[in-house]
Amino acid sequence: MKRNLMPLALMAVFLLTASAPIHAANKTPQKGGTLPVVNLPIPKSPAEKSYLGLSGEGSFRIPQIKAKVVIVEIFSMYCPYCQKDAPGVNELYDLIEKDSDLKKKIKLIGIGAGNTPLEVGIYKKTYAVPFPLFPDQDFSIHKACGEVRTPYFIVAKINEDGSDLVVHSQLGEYPGAKLFLELVLKSSGLK
Amino acid sequence: MTKRRFLRLAWVAGVLSIFAFVSGAYAISEAFKENIYSLGTLKPVDSVLKVKAGDRAPDFTLPSLTGENISLSQYRGKKNVVLSFVPAAWTPVCSDQWPGYNIIKDIFEENEAILLGITVDNTPTLHAWTNQMGKLWFPVLSDFWPHGAVAKKYGILRSNGVSERALFVIDKKARIRYIDVHDINQRPPLEGLVSALEKLGK
Repeated sequence: MKRNLMPLALMAVFLLTASAPIHAANKTPQKGGTLPVVNLPIPKSPAEKSYLGLSGEGSFRIPQIKAKVVIVEIFSMYCPYCQKDAPGVNELYDLIEKDSDLKKKIKLIGIGAGNTPLEVGIYKKTYAVPFPLFPDQDFSIHKACGEVRTPYFIVAKINEDGSDLVVHSQLGEYPGAKLFLELVLKSSGLK
Repeated sequence: MTKRRFLRLAWVAGVLSIFAFVSGAYAISEAFKENIYSLGTLKPVDSVLKVKAGDRAPDFTLPSLTGENISLSQYRGKKNVVLSFVPAAWTPVCSDQWPGYNIIKDIFEENEAILLGITVDNTPTLHAWTNQMGKLWFPVLSDFWPHGAVAKKYGILRSNGVSERALFVIDKKARIRYIDVHDINQRPPLEGLVSALEKLGK
């Protein structure tokens, strides 16, 4: 009888151990961890391409952005708080771009969780979002980020060797552009 | 022995099911905090439509959140009407649908359309729920009593008493021009509704 049960028990143990890393990979990006590996399409707009320091076509990964620090906002056109915070996040972009030193070091992107290209386009137009936004229609990036609620902010340091380190992440509670920029500078060590 | 073996099997099946479970794809806005009640993945569609494109839209009168009654017929000859039925307040995908429509008033206006949001919830619940969405520009109607009567008329009342996640585009002559009874677990991509609206003028 015991022998009959062995394969089942082994299978259960195998499933538990095999599932664990998959599960861990989908955890919310946390300070001290790394960004989820996601492929984004290289923007068609020359302005956005040059903002991110990318060239050519196809896809890129976030650490390939030419920057020391990348701020990622996971948003949705359908999310009331994202809508409310949109002008304040635009202001963050403006603060960075107005500073000749910081504009070379910090880049900002948005990922529209479950949003189609049209939906991302509407959000971009409605709030005149000046930084690149990417649709995540099938929620694949959202899943890779541990299905966070929106808006979710991730600040990551990009190292010389192309590796990355999450230095800050937060759900909602956007404190305004000035305070958030200070937080970015402090947590990333840029200041 | 058989019984013990069965129990072990059940245990393994249980373990398997935990990891096989795929949560429905939605992104909950922080605006709703911890107030969203997750239902897991539901049967995509659980009703049989009683209307089709080209039919005259069945008229109805329902109470709105502002206290007045709204009839479909009051828009006849004046405005195209989009009916957005969502299954229930405080559920994941629904909470993530109307806030999007709330920022595309211009698209509705360009196509001379009004949006009516409808659920089978009663008005106090709808009031509390829609308050989390910011100020909505479109009327929200309660199909609570007789329960789900309008949803039933259109053939989108599910067996458990909530409505489908359905969109109807009705032209100024009260003809149904577009129907999307969507998989209840997913938000309809905006592309479908916008192209249906843009076809109205043609």
